[in-house]
Amino acid sequence: MIKAILIFNNHGKPRLSKFYQRYSEDTQQQIIRETFHLVSKRDENVCNFLEGGLLIGGSDNKLIYRHYATLYFVFCVDSSESELGILDLIQVFVETLDKCFENVCELDLIFHVDKVHNILSEMVMGGMVLETNMNEIVTQIDAQNKLEKSETFIFQSPRQDR
Amino acid sequence: MPAVSKGDGMRGLAVFISDIRNCKSKEAEIKRINKELANIRSKFKGDKALDGYSKKKYVCKLLFIFLLGHDIDFGHMEAVNLLSSNRYTEKQIGYLFISVLVNSNSELIRLINNAIKNDLASRNPTFMGLALHCIANVGSREMAEAFAGEIPKILVAGDTMDSVKQSAALCLLRLYRTSPDFVPMGDWTSRVVHLLNDQHLGVVTAATSLITTLAQKNPEEFKTSVSLAVSRLSRIVTSASTDLQDYTYYFVPAPWLSVKLLRLLQCYPPPEDAAVRGRLTECLETILNKAQEPPKSKKVQHSNAKNAVLFEAISLIIHHDSEPNLLVRACNQLGQFLQHRETNLRYLALESMCTLASSEFSHEAVKTHIETVINALKTERDVSVRQRAVDLLYAMCDRSNAQQIVAEMLNYLETADYSIREEIVLKVAILAEKYAVDYTWYVDTILNLIRIAGDYVSEEVWYRVIQIVINRDDVQGYAAKTVFEALQAPACHENLVKVGGYILGEFGNLIAGDPRSSPLIQFNLLHSKFHLCSVPTRALLLSTYIKFVNLFPEIKTTIQDVLRSDSQLKNADVELQQRAVEYLRLSTIASTDILATVLEEMPPFPERESSILAKLKKKKGPGTVTDLEEIKKERNSDVNGGTESTPVNASTVSTPSPSADLLGLGAAPLTSSSPPPSTTGSLLVDVFSDSASVVAPLAPGSEDNFASPDLASSEVVSEEPADTVHDADELIHKFVCKNNGVLFENQLLQIGLKSEFRQNLGRMFIFYGNKTSTQFLNFTPTLICSDELQSSLNLQTKPVDPTVDGGAQVQQVVNIECISDFMEAPILNIQFRYGGTFQNISVKLPITLNKFFQPTEMASQDFFQRWKQLSNPQQEMQNIFKAKHPMDTEITKAKIIGFGSALLEEVDPNPANFVGAGIIHTKTTQIGCLLRLEPNLQAQMYRLTLRTSKETVSQRLCELLSEQF
Repeated sequence: MIKAILIFNNHGKPRLSKFYQRYSEDTQQQIIRETFHLVSKRDENVCNFLEGGLLIGGSDNKLIYRHYATLYFVFCVDSSESELGILDLIQVFVETLDKCFENVCELDLIFHVDKVHNILSEMVMGGMVLETNMNEIVTQIDAQNKLEKSETFIFQSPRQDR
Repeated sequence: MPAVSKGDGMRGLAVFISDIRNCKSKEAEIKRINKELANIRSKFKGDKALDGYSKKKYVCKLLFIFLLGHDIDFGHMEAVNLLSSNRYTEKQIGYLFISVLVNSNSELIRLINNAIKNDLASRNPTFMGLALHCIANVGSREMAEAFAGEIPKILVAGDTMDSVKQSAALCLLRLYRTSPDFVPMGDWTSRVVHLLNDQHLGVVTAATSLITTLAQKNPEEFKTSVSLAVSRLSRIVTSASTDLQDYTYYFVPAPWLSVKLLRLLQCYPPPEDAAVRGRLTECLETILNKAQEPPKSKKVQHSNAKNAVLFEAISLIIHHDSEPNLLVRACNQLGQFLQHRETNLRYLALESMCTLASSEFSHEAVKTHIETVINALKTERDVSVRQRAVDLLYAMCDRSNAQQIVAEMLNYLETADYSIREEIVLKVAILAEKYAVDYTWYVDTILNLIRIAGDYVSEEVWYRVIQIVINRDDVQGYAAKTVFEALQAPACHENLVKVGGYILGEFGNLIAGDPRSSPLIQFNLLHSKFHLCSVPTRALLLSTYIKFVNLFPEIKTTIQDVLRSDSQLKNADVELQQRAVEYLRLSTIASTDILATVLEEMPPFPERESSILAKLKKKKGPGTVTDLEEIKKERNSDVNGGTESTPVNASTVSTPSPSADLLGLGAAPLTSSSPPPSTTGSLLVDVFSDSASVVAPLAPGSEDNFASPDLASSEVVSEEPADTVHDADELIHKFVCKNNGVLFENQLLQIGLKSEFRQNLGRMFIFYGNKTSTQFLNFTPTLICSDELQSSLNLQTKPVDPTVDGGAQVQQVVNIECISDFMEAPILNIQFRYGGTFQNISVKLPITLNKFFQPTEMASQDFFQRWKQLSNPQQEMQNIFKAKHPMDTEITKAKIIGFGSALLEEVDPNPANFVGAGIIHTKTTQIGCLLRLEPNLQAQMYRLTLRTSKETVSQRLCELLSEQF
């Protein structure tokens, strides 16, 4: 099972955090910091797996991560998941984001938190992998956007917006 | 067209985020956030109804603020309101807020559940999907209670859309994980299994995840999934990759589903059906073959996906552990990966090999990679990989390579990352103990460990080295010499001072003959470290000093001077002060004899599971490599529906023994009218602190040293599978006067005993130790009683685990009830498979009538009065025999007490004679027994007379006791 999915940048600023196991808000922030600390000090070209920090449950859990330009994508999983499988899943996630945002960059994640959550929830649900087929995911997201558009078109009133 | 166009974001949100990003300081950021929170709060509280768009915008702002690490304590109600909107956008943002910021407020949960219920019933697949996601993401017990009944219906309904089915399967899985008690098994289970045949691969993947988890707990219910999973897997593996359209990932057909199916199959033993089994083997071979084919793409994603399937296939092969051919191929494949340029593959190969090392078919094959693994330890740049290398070395270690592996680990320890030092220390300590052929090597290794990484040597480790030195007299002299030398170093670790202090206090006399380590030099050496040590260590050293007073009377005054100094007698620490005062006083007033008794060498420690191993298990948690064996076992037993504990006992199980636990042992049978025995107090004493170890110091000549198996092995060594009972009565006699010891030992197996008896009940702990590094399989000990014996002795026990890991010890408890007096002993038969051969061992179990003795104290007059009452010739049994052991008064006394009767002093007019009295307790009667032993030193003969109210009892007791002198 996936315990948590974290995205943060090279300076440790969180860009997405999704926990599938209950942790208090404080602990969540501590886990993000601890994970950043563990992951960021690793060289490039070392392996993509390491034992989880104490807060997230110690050595029973693994951190599986990839580093893309300015962002770290970290999945914290227990022993029931395939390491390479999760690595692929991260890749699918990033490729999907790239498709949805056209050359995704950090700013897209900052300004569209809700969209990123939506895309993620098409792939992972309650800590389990829901869908790995990128076309299927993109189709779902497209359908949602159409729905959204049609609603916006009818209801949104263009007025002062603060 | 991009799925999200960048222009349509919410402008207010964008402005807010930009503001935050432009903040120059943390303070400015907090200020801006507080301003925004106040704004949102007032908007939410305001009279004007907010439109959906604004609500969405504010909720997004809150999410952003939350992500930055600020607590959000409002907005939940607004989010809940959004749930009941009919518009997708609003509903969706409401669900998003709730699954990120769940609040266990019960009132809210009720409202949320209500909204979810409506959405589930809406038949709108988008809304149903949102609701299912929310349930899965929150996964609380309240939600499980509300929806666990509903979701299976959605899952198996014929008209449910694929995407909803997918979500429903995972949602159910989540609820089953959090609250299995709310998820009812039922008709739906068989229909879920058939989802493995579904057209839509996404549905199959989700269903496989669900079934895997359910099958772990309900294997029978989901047994049919095995053949379906195999055929699905086979279709994927053998298909041309284009058949699976979108589920082909970088030229690998449905890798994710393949991995999941292979995981599911790991819940079950190899398929019984030959056809299914054949098909699966074919799949696994195909997967292994594909690994050798040239890659279809240079992209790392291609090899990743391919190898994800490959590693899972290897896990399945290891799990089945039944096809030597596949195991060897798996091992070779992993061997290739050990040298692969991809770090990830090296890491995973090391990890998989750890599990492979415990398979009896491939242990040797794994060992051939030792040089590569050691090299990895030395050269890998990545600590994660090095750690796996340590794990693998630990797993592949056996008697043949222990010295090399321990040496390499010690080497590595000098430069190892701080984070893994303690673990390496524990591992080295365990291996050194487990595979020590020569205990001097063990002592050297541990002292090295303390020298290299003293700070990481936990108490368990140095406790253990002391236990071992105390229990093995062949290493004591060496240990004393070695610690003495190690202590010469100007700066030595405090743990070394502790070990050194303890060992010299016990065995310093063994090296005192050498003028270089004379008593005074030893003392000065230890005392030179004293002031640098912490309080607990100083306390230990004070005990060493008083032990020195006993060992070396010649330095008594020196030590007394030290104890008397103000820094000791007036020490601010009460523990130290008290020790100094008491030890000083003890050394002043006690006679040499009393000192010798009080400060006697420590008795051997009972054999238990190594505390270090326990610590390592605790440290690493249950889900790690070191425990993989157990996990595997657990999984297996789950699959078989849990192992039933039924009494497998040859004797009739007439009445269940009332002694459910140790304390119950004494409490239950007090219904008899006899006065409670005078020694009831000892009932509460730890079962391991038995009478034998109490007797030991009294009889320094007796050799009942449980921890030195060599003694026992010299008596009974038998390699061949034998149906004969080993050294029949010899063994019985060894245990007549004691309750603990090694019953049997050969090259493979050691059997130790501990037992405790009270009135007519007893409990015996049998410890089976696997001395090899290979698992024993089908390990079945059976207790056999002849028909005659069955009617007088009731034995109850539970079966032990059929596999005994290399180096492991398993314990079996036998509850004993004596119905009436008996002559023979039960037989313990042990059968198991070791390597390829079948082993069969039988030994007599030393349960003898005298174990049910309760001592009775009485005065001279009473004794002779009763003696006369029992003058009927059938009641008396007499035996005159030659002494087989030196005639030592103290040993004789100890043996009579060990036999179970009271030893009555000043009863017999001739002080050289021994008399004893006691009552044999059986369930049916109690039999009073008197005994008299008359030694004749000149003739080296004894005359033993037994008088009891029952002829058979007199006869049996006389037989048993005669063999003891």
